[in-house]
Amino acid sequence: MQTITVSDAVGQALAEEMRRDPRVLMFGEGVATKRHDLVAEFGTQRVRNTPLAEGIIAGTAAGAAAMGLRPVVDLLFAPFLTLSMDAIINSAGKLRYLSGGQFEFPMVVLTMTGAGWGVGAQHNHNLEAMFVHAPGLKVVMPSSAADFKGLMKAAIRDDNPVLFFMDLALAHVPGPVPEGEHLVSIGRAAVLREGRDVTLVSYAKTVGHCLQAAQALQEQGVSAEVIDLRTLKPIDEATVLASVRKTGRLIVVHEASRLCGVGAEVAAIVSEKAFGALTAPVMRLTGPDAPSASSWVLEQAGVPQADAIRDAALRLVNTETVAA
Amino acid sequence: MPHTLALPKVLAPINGPIEADSRSEPTMSLSLDPTFRISLLETMMLIRAHEERLASLATPTSPGTCTAVGQEAAAAGVVRALQTRDRILTNHRSAGHLIARGADPGRVMAEVMGRSDGYCKGKSGSLHVSARELGVVLTSTIVGGELSLAPGVALAQKMGQQESGGITTVFFGDGAACEGIFHESVNLSVTWQLPVLYVCENNQWQAYVRRDETMPIEHVADWVRGHGIASRTVDGNDVEAVHAAAVEAVAAIRSNGKPYFLELTTYRQRGHFEPDDQAYVDKAELASWKAHDPIALLTERLTQAGVIAQGELAHLRQRVNATVDAALAFAQNSPWPDPRELTTDVYA
Repeated sequence: MQTITVSDAVGQALAEEMRRDPRVLMFGEGVATKRHDLVAEFGTQRVRNTPLAEGIIAGTAAGAAAMGLRPVVDLLFAPFLTLSMDAIINSAGKLRYLSGGQFEFPMVVLTMTGAGWGVGAQHNHNLEAMFVHAPGLKVVMPSSAADFKGLMKAAIRDDNPVLFFMDLALAHVPGPVPEGEHLVSIGRAAVLREGRDVTLVSYAKTVGHCLQAAQALQEQGVSAEVIDLRTLKPIDEATVLASVRKTGRLIVVHEASRLCGVGAEVAAIVSEKAFGALTAPVMRLTGPDAPSASSWVLEQAGVPQADAIRDAALRLVNTETVAA
Repeated sequence: MPHTLALPKVLAPINGPIEADSRSEPTMSLSLDPTFRISLLETMMLIRAHEERLASLATPTSPGTCTAVGQEAAAAGVVRALQTRDRILTNHRSAGHLIARGADPGRVMAEVMGRSDGYCKGKSGSLHVSARELGVVLTSTIVGGELSLAPGVALAQKMGQQESGGITTVFFGDGAACEGIFHESVNLSVTWQLPVLYVCENNQWQAYVRRDETMPIEHVADWVRGHGIASRTVDGNDVEAVHAAAVEAVAAIRSNGKPYFLELTTYRQRGHFEPDDQAYVDKAELASWKAHDPIALLTERLTQAGVIAQGELAHLRQRVNATVDAALAFAQNSPWPDPRELTTDVYA
């Protein structure tokens, strides 16, 4: 088992898939400048710099995908996706359906998000839920190096457009990654820690915060189960429901704001399908409905931290009629 | 930025059709074959009859459609200059491009009417009809959406996907040319040297807005010249001039692999979306463009040159009307989609 960073895991996945399939190519702003190894191995036809124009980058990917190429585009920072949403949502997401199934759009949109770099709201915005809401797309947002590699490889091989969000704060975090071929299925959550008393559901950076909270809870005699969704669309309902049916309590944790976020969907799924198993109200711990500040202190204050998750879990466990 | 450039003289005032573009003298020799000239006429007549029939069906409660009546020369002239290995991207006024490419009018009509025998199983309706089997890909109704996709289609051709040597032709209007994505698209195609034929049907209307309300210049070609792309403006109602220009453009793209911009000056004779009473249209302006109608223009030219006789013309009309009658019957007899189709084809 090798230990590599999330960033290197993504690089490995890209190189392996480009080696495996000549239809895979990558382009974006500075892609060829920053990924020397890919340019050296695959040439400037398959690793391309583009103008700083997110709309045409995403549109070109959609057009190329419809013709049989398998493009990966790097749109750098998630807020830039707003400039490419027509191509991603109206073209890549809808034209398969509108054409009666005549075309596939096997493309990956890679982008970074999340607090930790102090760049302010126009470079940091957790937009994943917007794409979960759009039909025809898949959305992944892993938390570990192994999952980044395995899900990137799966995303490239998927015949649908996949939005691949990388939390900036995770980019340089090392982790164990299996040697050789390593694939993680899109749409499968991971139970990272088993527990009996409360289920903590999260994705991306806040998964680590949930694991810390679970450790702290154990010291206080509370057993928390931690689920990493890994894929936000399609979402793994079965794993969440099985856990809540066992623990009877659910806290959903994410950095994106609460209103119509992924946590709202998870809460609704549980309310619809496992209401009888709940012994306490479902809770959401999320970022605020506010743009991300640049100041490190304000930026961190917007991210649910381990202490807050621990305290929320203790309240749920200690009183079954608590109002969130 | 373009406003500050020293622009050439205005060539086509919106209140009158142009006779010919002084900057363009396309080669006519390719289109002098009598059979071919008559077939261009028949294609335009079929497109016109098809669209007028669809328009006649539109009511406030039945499916409307965006026609390109008056713009048939663009479809017939350009598409007939392409080969099967080439790909076409079009927009919400696509029926002409599809029919010129050989689409079955019955299946196009069925699609507009939401029936299961349509090219897209009734899921497109009027606005996004595509037909992969004809190389008509990715019809976008987001104005400029097709321009966003075009470089990718051409990149795939350049990188060896599907038949070799193919080019991408993208049809759009002056409205799309006002979108930023137009400039992004042309810039990328020039930079990456992609085989794209940009065909701007400058039809003077942008939905319900007159072009001269949104563009300070007459010709989109004046905008693209700064991108370093080869360009030409021709009378978009003269199908033979359009065809000759398209043949030259296609030959240039195939030989040098670079994109080319072709502007066709024309006029949208019907409203934006049927039914449309065109109350917002200047009657004199409309009449002057109808006097420069592409079908009437070619009919008169072929008649005067003795290429086609009155009897044959009547026969053409009869054949075209019969085709449209059959198309409508086919569409009306086509079943509605099964409601279970609601959620199929979302994911591959």
